[in-house]
Amino acid sequence: MKRYGRSVAGGFLAALAVLGLPSSQAQAQAYPTRSITMIVPFAAGGPTDVISRIVTGHMAQTLGQTIIIENVVGAGGTTATTRASRAANDGYTLITGHMGTHAASVPLYPNLAYHPEKNFEPVALLAGTPILILARKDFPPKDLKEFVAYVKTNEAKVNAAHAGVGSVSNVSCELLNSILGIKPTGVPFNGTGPAMNALVGGQVDYMCDQIVNAVPQINGGTIKAYAIATPQRNPSLPNVPTTAEAGLPAFQAQAWNAIFAPKGTPPAVVARLNEAVVKALDDEGVRKRLLDLGSVIPAAAERTPAALGALVNKEIAKWTPVLKPVQN
Amino acid sequence: MGDLFSNLGLGFGVVFQLVQWSPAFLGGASIPIPVNILLCLIGALVGTLVGVLPGIGTIATVAMLLPITFGLPPVGALIMLAGIYYGAQYGGSTTSILVNIPGEAGSVVTALDGFQMAKQGRAGPALAIAAIGSFFAGCVATVLIAVLGAPLTKLALAFGPAEYFSLMVLGLIFAVVLAKGSVLKAIAMIVFGLLLSMVGSDIETGASRMAFNIPELADGLGFATVAMGLFGFAEIIRNLDAGGETDRKLVQEKVSGLMPTVRDLKDSTPAILRGTALGSILGILPGGGAVIASFAAYTLEKKISKNPSRFGRGAIEGVAAPESANNAAAQTSFIPLLTLGIPPNAVMALMVGAMTIHGIVPGPQVMQKQPELVWGMIASMWVGNLMLLIINLPLVGIWVRLLRVPYRLMFPAIVVFCCIGIYSVNNAPTDVMLAGGFGLLGYWLIKHDFEPAPLLLGMVLGPLMEENLRRALLISRGDWSVFLTRPLSAVLMVLAAALLVLAILPSLRKKRDEVFVESEN
Repeated sequence: MKRYGRSVAGGFLAALAVLGLPSSQAQAQAYPTRSITMIVPFAAGGPTDVISRIVTGHMAQTLGQTIIIENVVGAGGTTATTRASRAANDGYTLITGHMGTHAASVPLYPNLAYHPEKNFEPVALLAGTPILILARKDFPPKDLKEFVAYVKTNEAKVNAAHAGVGSVSNVSCELLNSILGIKPTGVPFNGTGPAMNALVGGQVDYMCDQIVNAVPQINGGTIKAYAIATPQRNPSLPNVPTTAEAGLPAFQAQAWNAIFAPKGTPPAVVARLNEAVVKALDDEGVRKRLLDLGSVIPAAAERTPAALGALVNKEIAKWTPVLKPVQN
Repeated sequence: MGDLFSNLGLGFGVVFQLVQWSPAFLGGASIPIPVNILLCLIGALVGTLVGVLPGIGTIATVAMLLPITFGLPPVGALIMLAGIYYGAQYGGSTTSILVNIPGEAGSVVTALDGFQMAKQGRAGPALAIAAIGSFFAGCVATVLIAVLGAPLTKLALAFGPAEYFSLMVLGLIFAVVLAKGSVLKAIAMIVFGLLLSMVGSDIETGASRMAFNIPELADGLGFATVAMGLFGFAEIIRNLDAGGETDRKLVQEKVSGLMPTVRDLKDSTPAILRGTALGSILGILPGGGAVIASFAAYTLEKKISKNPSRFGRGAIEGVAAPESANNAAAQTSFIPLLTLGIPPNAVMALMVGAMTIHGIVPGPQVMQKQPELVWGMIASMWVGNLMLLIINLPLVGIWVRLLRVPYRLMFPAIVVFCCIGIYSVNNAPTDVMLAGGFGLLGYWLIKHDFEPAPLLLGMVLGPLMEENLRRALLISRGDWSVFLTRPLSAVLMVLAAALLVLAILPSLRKKRDEVFVESEN
């Protein structure tokens, strides 16, 4: 979704929203005493934005303050993340980061103006979005085993679509290709929409994509899915086997979204925010909406700031060797 | 056919749905309110008002206003968004005609003759014909979507990278034809536009090109930034020039009738019909078809006109055709979204976002699973176009009156609004500085008789051409013959070659002069 919506003007509306707020809440009470800005590094309506809005909607009730979403787009989300890393560390500016901005960006952008670990305090993991291996509906292989054999023997012939350099579909497909030990021709598109269109139209052979975009097409029979790269099957696609079941256990990939605060944000503030996220993730309404999107809701042990810090560390280590060679 | 009527009936039923409103002050009594119609009206009105800000095109307007629809029920939210979209589109045409500031690629063409008409005191008829043409095109396209939406989807899927590249080559040739001055200068401007479009990340490798390590340039130059500079700011500098004095007086003093004359209507009718047909077809193609709709329509009018020299000097067909084409394309670009669930362009991607927020994930089955949503939206398109006509015809008088504001008051206001517009697209101060730079460049270009329109079109077509060329060659493993062996692509290439030959062959010199009439001054 890189180029889509380079033109989001959340700030304009956000400013209006701030003016309209009651200013009476300035009592000497603990954090938060005023509205919080949540930077979303992608366009309004994209998966990261939708997940942010669902969770922050509930967090606002817990915290008793409005949370204003500001969509800042550009450079695969790194523009917004750079801005967030320089914001005041008082807990009033936060960012919803994802696998790209807080892990894959490290090997992808050598001149990155921030480091996910050195410039941010992890707050809480929000949700995971499983990755699927998809193909055009008349692609010869019938299951994942055949797929693996087919792409290995026809390496020079197959085309893999992706949504642009650095996109989730791009980096996850690079992971798949490195596991299979192949280098097929990658065909770049501007966003998952055009890439999906090419897959439905049969102009490209396969791609890896997030579950949100793929479910309706799979159910409609316009494309086919070989496997889902998570440990468990997903309730929205009960017939799609996991990569472990289908014979490729090494391929595990999930796009994840998580809240980060600028480095140095007081631990008490981080704890308060984390508590609000945990409460939101236990709410029935929030859970249902996230599950409808095909998201995986983190278990209790995965929701602490420390667990998120460990995840970021692990993800950077996972993506760096896969993506470094792509650079050249 | 019966199906169609029952479907349309369902759609209009949704749009005209009445909701009982029983506020406390009525003491138990309730008033039926056509909520969806009101949402459509509010959407079109707000869309027009925001879209009229210079520099804010449809994508920016829809993105900016998207959050206000999040609190509504899904059908209402989408109907309102559709209203915002049409409103924004029309608002963009208004600034093109009145102050020569196009907010997006489609309006660049409208500005060519629309602004000339405004200079001749005919801003009223230009605005009115734009509204009438858009309404007609909207009606036709709505019916087209309802009747042929599903079969037309096949066309969208048949267009692969090779076809898009050939279509964009044809588009570039259109860009040469629509220039009114020297052909050589027009080509120079197109090439310069193509060069500007190369700034940013390489699509295949992600490597940064001509960005000079400025992070704001990593995603390339924004259309609004360049257009505001070349058109908006440059025009202001020129008007403040000694020579601009008379031009400005003209705009202010010579306002003739507000509504088009019978002659105007007669001149525009065939143009509207042709524009609608062209726009409807091009709009279906995802990823760039709609971009070239308006200038394909303009080129067609100029080519078949008995007196092509009128174009670029205030020909009403030059406003009617692209405006109709633009609106028809805006409408038919919904087809891939409604039948495949795949957003064909950035605005539609925002629509999908809105649906996702409401828990609807559009896909190939959306027509069966959510018929009230799909048909409600189709019906709302027609209603939205009607709203535009209702809102905008009375507004014509107000807009035209704005032109009479003394220029010493008007130009600072335009500068301020342009800056707000450019800034709010990306919330980036760098964009405003860049627009200032392009303003100076634009002034230089005007002084040397270079036209900015071909430059902008080159800039819009550049990335589409490059990306599709590289995709096509990646898929064909470097075999250039794909552009001629794929039948659709071959047809487009032949058309492009024919147009080019017409322009170059000396034996056809006479014909060529008709197409590229030399500038008089």
